[in-house]
Amino acid sequence: MSEVPLTHILFLSTCLFFIGIYGLFTRRNMITMLMSIELMLNSVNINFVAFNKYLYPEKLDGIFFTIFVITIAAAEAAVAIAIIINLYRSHHSIDVEDATEMKY
Amino acid sequence: MSHPIYIALIPIIPLACFFVLGLFGRKYFTNSAGIIGTLGLLSSTLLSLVTAYEYFFVSGKINGVYQKIEVVKYTWLEFSKGISIDMGILIDPITVMMLVVVSFVSLMVHLFSLGYMKGETRFATYYAFLALFTFSMLGLVLSSNIFQIYLFWELVGVSSFLLIGFYFEKPSAVAASKKAFIVTRFADLGFLIGILILSFYSHTLDFGVLIERLTSTGSPFLIAINAASFLGVSALTWGLLLVFIGGAGKSAMFPLHIWLPDAMEGPTPVSALIHAATMVVAGVFLVARLFPVFAISNPEALQVVMYTGAFSAFFAAVIACTQTDIKRVLAYSTMSQIGYMMFALGVSKYHGEEGLGYMGSMFHLFTHAFFKSLLFLGAGAVIHMVHSNEMKDMGGLRKLMPITHLSFLIACLAIAGIPPFSGFFSKEEILMASFESNKLVYAVALLTSGLTAFYMFRLYYSIFWSKEADTHQAHHGEGTWTMKIPLILLAILAVVAGFAPISSWITADGNPINSSVPISFSVLPVSLAIAGILLATRLFKTSNELPQRIAIQLGSFYTAASRKFYIDEVYIFVTKKVLFNLIGRPAAWFDKNIVDGLMNLLAKLTASLSELIKGYQSGKVQDYALYFFGGIAGLIIAFIYLWK
Repeated sequence: MSEVPLTHILFLSTCLFFIGIYGLFTRRNMITMLMSIELMLNSVNINFVAFNKYLYPEKLDGIFFTIFVITIAAAEAAVAIAIIINLYRSHHSIDVEDATEMKY
Repeated sequence: MSHPIYIALIPIIPLACFFVLGLFGRKYFTNSAGIIGTLGLLSSTLLSLVTAYEYFFVSGKINGVYQKIEVVKYTWLEFSKGISIDMGILIDPITVMMLVVVSFVSLMVHLFSLGYMKGETRFATYYAFLALFTFSMLGLVLSSNIFQIYLFWELVGVSSFLLIGFYFEKPSAVAASKKAFIVTRFADLGFLIGILILSFYSHTLDFGVLIERLTSTGSPFLIAINAASFLGVSALTWGLLLVFIGGAGKSAMFPLHIWLPDAMEGPTPVSALIHAATMVVAGVFLVARLFPVFAISNPEALQVVMYTGAFSAFFAAVIACTQTDIKRVLAYSTMSQIGYMMFALGVSKYHGEEGLGYMGSMFHLFTHAFFKSLLFLGAGAVIHMVHSNEMKDMGGLRKLMPITHLSFLIACLAIAGIPPFSGFFSKEEILMASFESNKLVYAVALLTSGLTAFYMFRLYYSIFWSKEADTHQAHHGEGTWTMKIPLILLAILAVVAGFAPISSWITADGNPINSSVPISFSVLPVSLAIAGILLATRLFKTSNELPQRIAIQLGSFYTAASRKFYIDEVYIFVTKKVLFNLIGRPAAWFDKNIVDGLMNLLAKLTASLSELIKGYQSGKVQDYALYFFGGIAGLIIAFIYLWK
């Protein structure tokens, strides 16, 4: 079975990343924004794993790093959801456009 | 020879009182503040008396000469190996005498104020200020170091300021306290420069070392300071004169006397303490402290002291004859008597019998403190009764206040120099000293002593005789016993203080001198004084037209004297017209337009710049994310294309 070339994987992760960015900028719902951020993180994870496998197959650094990123992402999701809940309590909405008091 | 540490307690107890009363007085000791302050001072006074006994009778003398003893010495601020500011306690005859005088008079004033200031809302604050003043004054006389004396000197000035302005609701009191502070502070500038000159050349700030270096013939320091000159006057003369200016400011010598009469706005016991017995003699004390340098190395500066003192004595006595506010009469009389002390120092020399003037000056300081504070406290009792400072509101009070009357009479006789009251003895020494040294000064002194008798008895008759007392004034008695006891004690001292053997205790070089004055010498001054009293009796014992007629006869001279010879107006002219218009206004314009303008311009620029860019802080999270990604993208581009 022939191997999938590296470029394919990089193409996938780039697509994923820009979908994430697109979601982050266009959605006003904070949960959707959070999901977009998760997408971006996962594209980065794919990159790590792919580079680890294709460039340094004898090492495990990239894979470890991916595990770290997944862990941090879980923590970040917890914090973000806490923020969202608080925002909902104070504004009765999780639309970011509704929370623009912190300006000049 | 042990000089135990209790001497240090003498100033520390009032300091502790100040902190306790100042911090907690209004809350916890509203009524007991007076008692606390008085008890504290009582212990200080007892310690002072013990110190005086120890020093004069037990351990002060070595081979018949009183020594300067440094009890405590502690290096406070070291500039270099050679020069440092020390905090120390120096004990010598004048210090010991001043300790007794200051603490005793302060005790009397504390006691008197118990009755006089009763019911004041800021009673505790008043006692805190009194304690602060007493602390500073005691510290001043104990200083072993010229810089230390300067610190206490300023502290004394501050507490005087606080006490003069004690009734700060009254605009005139505020003005008087500011005037006193500014005038003395201005004089202190001279003092500071004097200190710098003296210490620059002698490489020390310590009194003992400084005096030794600047008096011993052939010492390199003395040669250096004499060699340096400015405007044709040697640095030593400059230094001493500038120090004297500081002393003249505190001691209200002409032309820096203008603050003293106004300072009478303070509570009367304060005037008795500060502006009669203690602070105003600080200038005399300072000159006496540096007396060896004045007398041995630089008689020229001493001449200035002499003429300033003699002129002030006469000048103030003339003004005193025309004033109608009883406290102002006493203020000018104080100035006149301090003039006596100053010129007595001026005519004196250092060694042996020629140091008579020095001894006379200290003697007069000693006796004057008692009878002048007695006069002020008596005046306080009168004011307490009449609720006025003006002579025209008084008269005939002798029956209403017998104790005040008697003690006031004793004090008047003492200041007039009638034997055997204390003022007689000290004044005789001064007259004798000036007779031997300078006939002109002697003539002025003689004339002044006649005038003194005249204006003091003018005051006495106007208060206690003159006319029948208004009966409505008698609604309360003479005052509480706490007001009478100080009067009685001080009156006793005003009688007997002249018998103190000052001449064997306090002399310029520490050797006892023989100070007996021949009776034939005393005849002239005493008869002059009696003549002054008789004249005053004729004019003021019963109210009549004669004083008015004489005043009209004297015409413009009388007006000038009653307007204090327009010295205040001259000061106003110089400050308002000359200084304000020529220097103050241009400086204010420069400050407002140039300095402030620059700052305003800078502020405006900043404001308009921030107006431009503040829109970027929109409060929208996604905008921020966009900036962030934009930034990252920019950085990436920079790394890829610009990073070579």
